[in-house]
Amino acid sequence: MKRGIPVRLEGLSKRFGRVEAVKRLDLEIGAGELVAFLGPSGCGKTTTLLMIAGIYRPTTGAVYFGDRRVDPLHPRDRDVGMVFQSYALYPHLTLFENIAFPLRLKKVPDAEVRARVQKTADLLGIGHILERKPAQVSGGQQQRAALARALVKEPQVLLLDEPLSNLDAQIRLSARAEIRRLQQELGVTAILVTHDQAEALAMADRVAVFSMGELQQYDTPEVLYHRPKNTFVAGFVGSPPMNLIEGTFTGDGFRSGELRIPIPGAPTGKGWLGVRPEHLALGEGGHPARVLVVEPLGREVLVVAEVAGVRLQVLLPEDRRPEPGGQVGVVFPERATLHFFDETGRRIGPE
Amino acid sequence: MRRYLTPFLFLSPATLLILLFFFTPVVATILLSFTDLSTTTFQNPSWVGLKNYQDLLADPFLKKIFLNTAKYVALTLAFNVGMGLLLALLTSLVPERYGDPFRALWLLPRILPPVVYVFIWQGLLAEAPMGLVSDLLGVSKNWLVAAPWTAVILANGFVGASFGMLIFTSAIRAIPRELFYAAAVDGATTWQTVRKVVLPLLAWPILFVTAYQTLSLLTSFEYILLLTDGGPGFYTTEVWSLRAYHLALSNYFGNVEFGLGAAMAAVLVVIGVVVSLFYLKIFNFKALVSEPKIEVY
Ligand SMILES: Nc1ncnc2c1ncn2[C@@H]1O[C@H](COP(=O)(O)OP(=O)(O)O)[C@@H](O)[C@H]1O
Ligand SMILES: [Mg+2]
Repeated sequence: MKRGIPVRLEGLSKRFGRVEAVKRLDLEIGAGELVAFLGPSGCGKTTTLLMIAGIYRPTTGAVYFGDRRVDPLHPRDRDVGMVFQSYALYPHLTLFENIAFPLRLKKVPDAEVRARVQKTADLLGIGHILERKPAQVSGGQQQRAALARALVKEPQVLLLDEPLSNLDAQIRLSARAEIRRLQQELGVTAILVTHDQAEALAMADRVAVFSMGELQQYDTPEVLYHRPKNTFVAGFVGSPPMNLIEGTFTGDGFRSGELRIPIPGAPTGKGWLGVRPEHLALGEGGHPARVLVVEPLGREVLVVAEVAGVRLQVLLPEDRRPEPGGQVGVVFPERATLHFFDETGRRIGPE
Repeated sequence: MRRYLTPFLFLSPATLLILLFFFTPVVATILLSFTDLSTTTFQNPSWVGLKNYQDLLADPFLKKIFLNTAKYVALTLAFNVGMGLLLALLTSLVPERYGDPFRALWLLPRILPPVVYVFIWQGLLAEAPMGLVSDLLGVSKNWLVAAPWTAVILANGFVGASFGMLIFTSAIRAIPRELFYAAAVDGATTWQTVRKVVLPLLAWPILFVTAYQTLSLLTSFEYILLLTDGGPGFYTTEVWSLRAYHLALSNYFGNVEFGLGAAMAAVLVVIGVVVSLFYLKIFNFKALVSEPKIEVY
């Protein structure tokens, strides 16, 4: 199988009437890389993917596959495979003919079609149900058939639009690993659209976070988690989401209402202090707080506590379980695990 | 007992309507067809058994009328379904702001009263300088006389095609957008998408429109009546239902034979039922109705 090629988006934008669905997007994806497009529903992920596939014409900008500019080309001349959120299997065709569809259109000889369909289907574990129609198989099997149809023509670029969002939680986890394994084995360049940050962090080499048609940050999962560029990324990546406290940096600390947190070398001016729930702790000498909600999450316990009028989420090990309504102390972490954002939400530290 | 009562209650309004507006006229027609009721025997008609049917079979023009009917139904049906499909596909492939007005234009003949509509056709097909067709073709003729079948089929077809167009358009719109995207990514041209994805998915609506229009064409004659009245000449465009109408309600010679007309109508009902059964078989009606969607207690 041929290796994937790099994909480059240059100043890509798309308007639908008055709605600017994608705004001047610049992005480079390396050969064989898996990149996730992450963002809330309606932020332009699918629109971007459809422009890469050739379904939508960009309003401005260009799409390159390697050195080849592809945005003026019809989808069939682009060598992409795509899995749609609804799978978009042809309901009147068997799984076999669904997977064979791209090959039939290319007039591949019948014997080769059979061999390639069977091989791809076996790879995905649906080789035994190829005679069934899409309506006669489970959601997970439909998803595999859609993936097989995308892979059977051995594309250089694989586009996945929320391929896992219609699956049961259990299958979703195994499908994550399976797609990742296949993608790496085949070496195909892949773009995975998802609104599930856990999925993006688990599967992707790099994640592009979108909000309202604009790219917010494009980095590895580690960088997104540890150094979010702005309050949007900080709040969107990570679960439960980061606590963002509005207030004033005073050079030696942070102030929000009655709450004062000493931070050596803090910036100055109005802004936001970010702290992840897993980096907060309960203990002696902490800021006095009242427990509002205690929510067991299995391995961990999520506590919502109120500190001087500020609500904070705190993630604790399972054995630490305070009483709702009780008094506790909330302990803030070292400077290195805090996040500073200015008034506009832009990250200003720590470096 | 209650088990059976509820379903019957649900079905009773429709059953009543069918009894009132279908079975009663059919039974009345069949009864009528066994009498010699006509203008002359209006006061005291008598039972004549199968005589009307024997007369029908003895009619030397019966074969011509039967073939006329088959020709009329088949050709108009082909035009209606084919044109309806073509219009639906074309108007679905262009942006809605062009497709919608175009479809609306095709609906105009349907909302015109038939008399006005046929009047327009007669004008179009008249000799020059009145007739537009004569002007355009540069040959001045009364095209209604020169090409009566074409006129009849097109006049019917321009009304009938809009039915298929509407059904097919909504069926095409019901196809998820992503299927078209998938076909494009899989490498299909527009024509391949139509042939390999859209048409197979329209199989059911196409069958439905074909079945429905066959039945309605078998029994409808108002446009032929107004356009050619079965002419020109002797029975050139006379079809079964028009003949029944002529016999029973509008005889040239003033003697209307209700009994004979009723016999023709009764035969048409039988043909209609046979055709329906045939279509129901292709529809695989059993498979469609085998599972109730909701359970009634
Ligand atoms: N075909 C379209 N016509 C008009 N507006 C559209 C169309 N497709 C998407 N949009 C709009 O563009 C924005 C982005 O949509 P989309 O790319 O589907 O978001 P996402 O996939 O991130 O949920 C939304 O506001 C949506 O309403
Ligand atoms: Mg989407």
